[in-house]
Amino acid sequence: MNQTDKACDLAIGQDEVTPVTAGKFNLDEIMNCMQCGFCLPACPTYRQTGLESHSPRGRIALMKGVAQAQLPADAEFAKNMYACLGCRACETACPAGVSYGSLLETAREVVEDQNKKTAKHSLLRRLVFEHVFPHPNRMKALGMVLWAVQALGLQRLATRTGWARVLPRALAEMQQAVELVASPFIRGKRQQRMRAEGESLYTVGYFTGCVMDVLFFETNQATARLLAKAGCEVVFVGGQTCCGALHAHAGEKAWAVELAKRNIEAFEQSQVDFIVNSAGGCGAALKEYPHWFEDDPSWQKRAEAFAAKVRDASELLAALPPLSFTKELSARVTYQDSCHLAHGQGVRGQPRQLLNLIPGVEVVELEQADQCCGSAGIYNITHFDQSMEILDAKMEAVKKTGAHFIATSNPGCLLQMRQGIIRAGLTGKMEAVHLMELLDRAL
Amino acid sequence: MNADRLEGKLAPDVKRRLIAVVGEERFLDSLNERYVYSYDATPIFQAMPDAVIMPQTTAEVSKILKIANEHRIPVTTRGSGTNLAAGTVPTAGGIVLNMQRFNRIVEIDRENLTVTVEPGVVTADLHQAVEAEGLFYPPDPGSMRISTVGGNVAQCAGGMRGLKYGVTKDYLMGLEYVLPSGEVLRAGGKNVKDVAGYDMTRLLAGSEGTLAVITQLTLKLLPLPEAKRTMAAYYASLGDAARTVERVIAAKIIPATMEFLDQATMRVVDEFAKLGLPTGMKAMLLIEQDGPEEWVERDIERIAEIAKEEGAVQVRVAQTPEEGANLLAARRAALSALSRLRPTTILEDATVPRSRLAEMVAEIERIAEKYDVQICTFGHAGDGNLHPTCLTDERNKEELARVEQAFEEIFLAALRLGGTISGEHGIGLAKRDYLPLQVGEGGIALMKAIKEAFDPNHIMNPGKMFANSARRRVVIKQ
Ligand SMILES: Cc1cc2nc3c(=O)[nH]c(=O)nc-3n(C[C@H](O)[C@H](O)[C@H](O)COP(=O)(O)OP(=O)(O)OC[C@H]3O[C@@H](n4cnc5c(N)ncnc54)[C@H](O)[C@@H]3O)c2cc1C
Ligand code: SF4
Ligand code: SF4
Repeated sequence: MNQTDKACDLAIGQDEVTPVTAGKFNLDEIMNCMQCGFCLPACPTYRQTGLESHSPRGRIALMKGVAQAQLPADAEFAKNMYACLGCRACETACPAGVSYGSLLETAREVVEDQNKKTAKHSLLRRLVFEHVFPHPNRMKALGMVLWAVQALGLQRLATRTGWARVLPRALAEMQQAVELVASPFIRGKRQQRMRAEGESLYTVGYFTGCVMDVLFFETNQATARLLAKAGCEVVFVGGQTCCGALHAHAGEKAWAVELAKRNIEAFEQSQVDFIVNSAGGCGAALKEYPHWFEDDPSWQKRAEAFAAKVRDASELLAALPPLSFTKELSARVTYQDSCHLAHGQGVRGQPRQLLNLIPGVEVVELEQADQCCGSAGIYNITHFDQSMEILDAKMEAVKKTGAHFIATSNPGCLLQMRQGIIRAGLTGKMEAVHLMELLDRAL
Repeated sequence: MNADRLEGKLAPDVKRRLIAVVGEERFLDSLNERYVYSYDATPIFQAMPDAVIMPQTTAEVSKILKIANEHRIPVTTRGSGTNLAAGTVPTAGGIVLNMQRFNRIVEIDRENLTVTVEPGVVTADLHQAVEAEGLFYPPDPGSMRISTVGGNVAQCAGGMRGLKYGVTKDYLMGLEYVLPSGEVLRAGGKNVKDVAGYDMTRLLAGSEGTLAVITQLTLKLLPLPEAKRTMAAYYASLGDAARTVERVIAAKIIPATMEFLDQATMRVVDEFAKLGLPTGMKAMLLIEQDGPEEWVERDIERIAEIAKEEGAVQVRVAQTPEEGANLLAARRAALSALSRLRPTTILEDATVPRSRLAEMVAEIERIAEKYDVQICTFGHAGDGNLHPTCLTDERNKEELARVEQAFEEIFLAALRLGGTISGEHGIGLAKRDYLPLQVGEGGIALMKAIKEAFDPNHIMNPGKMFANSARRRVVIKQ
């Protein structure tokens, strides 16, 4: 190409990009993307906006630009990386097998590294990621505060006094969807071990998850009961902590790695056959631990051994002898895939298979069930309006099923679906439940 | 960083006038927004536009072109950017005109069997809409779930049903287009017969955005075939597969689809689609026939017999429509799936008359060996349109040079066999250097004169179709 052609001009902004930023990306992985665009129709943010910058192909191109020092990792790049839901529907659609999820983690890490250099970090962000999620006790404390707020009726007060208006709109609306948090008294009664009913086939270590265990303590208990019923000895392994997924998705890779190490150590000591969880988002992260240690071979080996044991509860239950139920539910049920269970872990059939086992249940397939509901970790808080637009479209499809229950398998999705029910005016007609809880009701 | 590179370098008053036409929201010129329109599905080529504009009406297109023409600003029209000839890479900068908002299906005319659409409609959405009415729009490029109908027409896209049903231009009946001067014109219409003047409709098919911007299209429809069946035949040698194709046609059977995949392609496709293909085989033919039930049955039986006679090791007829659809979907993913193997995937689309297919396959094998490059081949065997795809790494300049030589020799081989350098992907930037080989200097001069008549200021997709100077290299960046 001659000098007047523009391709030569492309190395714009070279001087503004530090080599460190470029270095973090795995250029080989980026180059796996051949820009065919097959992922475009699968991407919720592209369908919503029609913009290439909001598509997987565009986002990967921007990463390539930064990795090759053609683009600066500036505020615009940051905005574009955070406008992604991280739902990974693009990964399922991609014939070239591009690991978009891990590319996105790196991109956000690059953004956050840059932010740290310029001290752009919000205090709230530091508080939450460094001081709350990693500490089970503090999460529990937060749970207690939430419980106290609810128990004392402060929630209603908050709504009446207009407090809710002062809170960010997102938090205020989401709050309506949070169910009654289990009381400290009930939490205290959890036993460290739950015996298998009948002959014990396996010993499983239960991974409780941080948000999951605070907001959905009862779901964890229900899952453990199901596993026990199916012949597993369930151990609530001590020393475990947050899975690190939210940190990794928010570009806090160093923290995520620390948390991963603590979990690996905790479960290594417990000597269980499987590590089971019932939160699609956590499960995907646990299975991906080996990728987090790409430049640390000895930890990577340990991470591999750990990841090899990780199962979503539905995966394990579907592989065990069928559960025997005693109750009939006589209801129509539909299932909303958790993105990180379906696209991240490739688990699609098992949850449906389990639902079909419940006596009296008619399972109706939801149109585009594996499309993100807009919850996407903390996207519904950071990008409230876009998230609600996606949710409202989802609820249109949900309405068509005429289901009494919408089952899902991740806490974020569950909260989002509850909010969806409220927004769609279906309160009282439809209930959003965790798949495990629905199964447990029929036990 | 140079400030005008950050913002694009349209003069402030030009920018103001353009924004006055479409509004702030549909005028994009931030660094990231421009960067994501610097490429299309063609590897290696890349160049930055100065602005991206998303018009919604013909009147807006007309106003934008008028301003661009007045200021000699290059305009690169873009659908979904899936073309493989670097046709939407804005080599000369200027404006990328993003047509995706022209996405209405205007009318399905059941009496005249036509559909009128805006160019931004996605091909597969058009299929769905007309099939819901029991009608059929055959062109189905592999990219149909993403590509736009406007892009299909401007590239004259083919597809897997080309063998029996032809390509995009065979369905194009009329269009509305805007000249660089801003003038809005119409050509053709709903008439089956129409010989009024030169055939401007056909001229714009395959014009690659170098003549005018298409703003509306009228396309021919067929009744939806009553039934279809899919089958796959697997071979221990490429030659056996190629001979099957020749014999099926010689037996006066025209299947809707006859696709060829070599072993490496089968393997990567299976890795993605997990269909359990017998990947130990050297080649596969994917065949579909449609039409009235009994005819389809009869043809598929007969094709299966021929395949076995020609040495097919295994023949399998799809048991359900889903099984057939899955096989075809997997074939559509072939090109993207191949990029699993190496960082850069360069695909070509040399095409020969059907009867020379086996010779062409042998030539490709020989050339790959000669230059020591990895070439996988798949494609539309039924219409002699192969896609030899080279797996390489754009960062390895030495290897890239050999890839270039290999492709040059493949083009020459195709021409020698009476073929063409491009069956369906077009010339664009990627193959402009080879066009003279095929059409001759006289042909180039005439084409340039036509371009001159439409676009005297050379603002429409400049740098495409015609090389600036003497023949240069295939790979142009660096
Ligand atoms: C995986 C894959 C498989 C493919 N399979 C096939 C196949 O089987 N057969 C085939 O033929 N092609 C195939 N292609 C190539 C490509 O998809 C087609 O060329 C398609 O028609 C491009 O459509 P688009 O909307 O992406 O157009 P773009 O790539 O955006 O544009 C293509 C050209 O059309 C011009 N253009 C677009 N819209 C207009 C308009 N409104 N007015 C004037 N000019 C316009 C552009 O300037 C450009 O020159 C494939 C591509 C990929 C990535
Ligand atoms: S991510 Fe995959 S599907 Fe999307 S453009 Fe890249 S290669 Fe194609
Ligand atoms: S993760 Fe989801 S939102 Fe993000 S690019 Fe992929 S499909 Fe789109």
